Amino acid sequence: MQLSEIYNQVGPWLDPKGPRSEVVITSRIRLARNIVGFTFLSQASAAQQNELLQFVHEKIMETELRDGIWFVNMEDISPLERQMLTERHLISKQLAEEEGPRGVMLMQDESLAMMVNEEDHLRIQAMSSGLQLQRLYERISRVDDLLESRMEFAFSPQYGYLTACPTNVGTGIRVSVMLHLPALKMTGQMEKVFRAARDLHVAVRGFYGEGSEPIGDLFQISNQTTLGKTEEGIIEELIRQAIEPVIEYELRARKKILEERLPALDDKIYRALGVLDNARLISSEETMYLLSYLRLGVHMERIKTISLETINRLFFFTQPGHLQHLNRKKLDTQQRDQARADFIRRELHASRN
Amino acid sequence: MQCQHCNNHATVHLTEIINGKRIEKHLCEQCAQKEGITINSQGAITELITNLANAQEEVREVRELCCPQCSLSWLEFRKSGLLGCPNDYRAFEIPLSAIIARTQEGATSHIGKLPKNPKGTMDKQISLLRLRQELQEALDHEDYENAARLRDKIRNMN
Repeated sequence: MQLSEIYNQVGPWLDPKGPRSEVVITSRIRLARNIVGFTFLSQASAAQQNELLQFVHEKIMETELRDGIWFVNMEDISPLERQMLTERHLISKQLAEEEGPRGVMLMQDESLAMMVNEEDHLRIQAMSSGLQLQRLYERISRVDDLLESRMEFAFSPQYGYLTACPTNVGTGIRVSVMLHLPALKMTGQMEKVFRAARDLHVAVRGFYGEGSEPIGDLFQISNQTTLGKTEEGIIEELIRQAIEPVIEYELRARKKILEERLPALDDKIYRALGVLDNARLISSEETMYLLSYLRLGVHMERIKTISLETINRLFFFTQPGHLQHLNRKKLDTQQRDQARADFIRRELHASRN
Repeated sequence: MQCQHCNNHATVHLTEIINGKRIEKHLCEQCAQKEGITINSQGAITELITNLANAQEEVREVRELCCPQCSLSWLEFRKSGLLGCPNDYRAFEIPLSAIIARTQEGATSHIGKLPKNPKGTMDKQISLLRLRQELQEALDHEDYENAARLRDKIRNMN
């Protein structure tokens, strides 16, 4: 298998027909684990990090996961490829940009990624489209069991799974969903969401997670507490207290706009389509911003000629790393803006036929 | 205001209460760093941890804590927010448990998933860590005889 196979397709986790997909784009769960007998990353020498990387790789290849996964050593691939894996949300920025022995094991359909030597020895991540966290947890817990049959994870009866950062200790779980909230943004209600999230000890972040800005009205909501609750409890609480209410607010805001501000809404949607259809130079930021209106337009049935598949594809394939891969060469900012505009016009045209 | 340790301009002002006595510190950035007081940190989480750690009343015994396994000191942890090995949860237990409770909404113990076949207690996990470190040292010193012995020991523990 070649990395390009991953780059040229989009995994089923971007399937636009997942549960609650009118608002929820993807669900993700990650588990942080460390291997008994090895120091954590910050205190490990390069030799020790390398030993751990080999150890984990070897052990995972002894499980039944071996047939479907592919090991990528970060030191063997180009910065551009690392950037594409980040844009695809398969690895973190930290894994892409830091140095030293580190890698990722990817399931071919992009539903599972196991990062080795990120902040913890092992970060297991599972993703799927729409809102399906319970199913996702069952899956990732089975993967965790498989790995555990081959290696022992650092665990204390009091603190649970031990992690490099004490904010992850216990379950080591981070549950997050990516939400598309254009109507809350249009009606100026995002501040309310942020305030409520703070009170609930829930994090609201941008497109690329921690420390990133929201782009194209895409927000991630995730848990912050990892200790003193069960994994199922954390998921259930996040859905009940944060995700479902935000989905409801968003849908209510959409309904209100539809009833009271239809011409303004249509104007935004059709201007977005007009620009995307005709631009000859377009930045990544503007693209995301306009695609957000397009996605809203499709969900609210204001536009019927463009598929959600196309919009989801465009969200990822117009990122700088993906564009350069499609064009098979390094592009400067202006060349990228041109390549992006060309690509969008072609995709929208193909979508209508 | 001048730094208490050198002639630079003091930019870090700290009030600590140690054994009920109020101590004010006025330091320049370099001297503050030498004392393990951080000004900048990378992430929001690190910042949270360092703020919490700084806010704690730290008696000297706490400030001098150091893990015998990975040699990370409490002061280094305060700067980075990252622990060095599983044994740190023991070595730093007193100050760390307060930070965990604060960042985890008051929770102090795990009630989630348990390993299916927990082979080792904390003690066993930590002796395995020590053996692996000794193995690394033996390899670094090209002491292959000792390394082979340690490797056998590690194998027998699994």
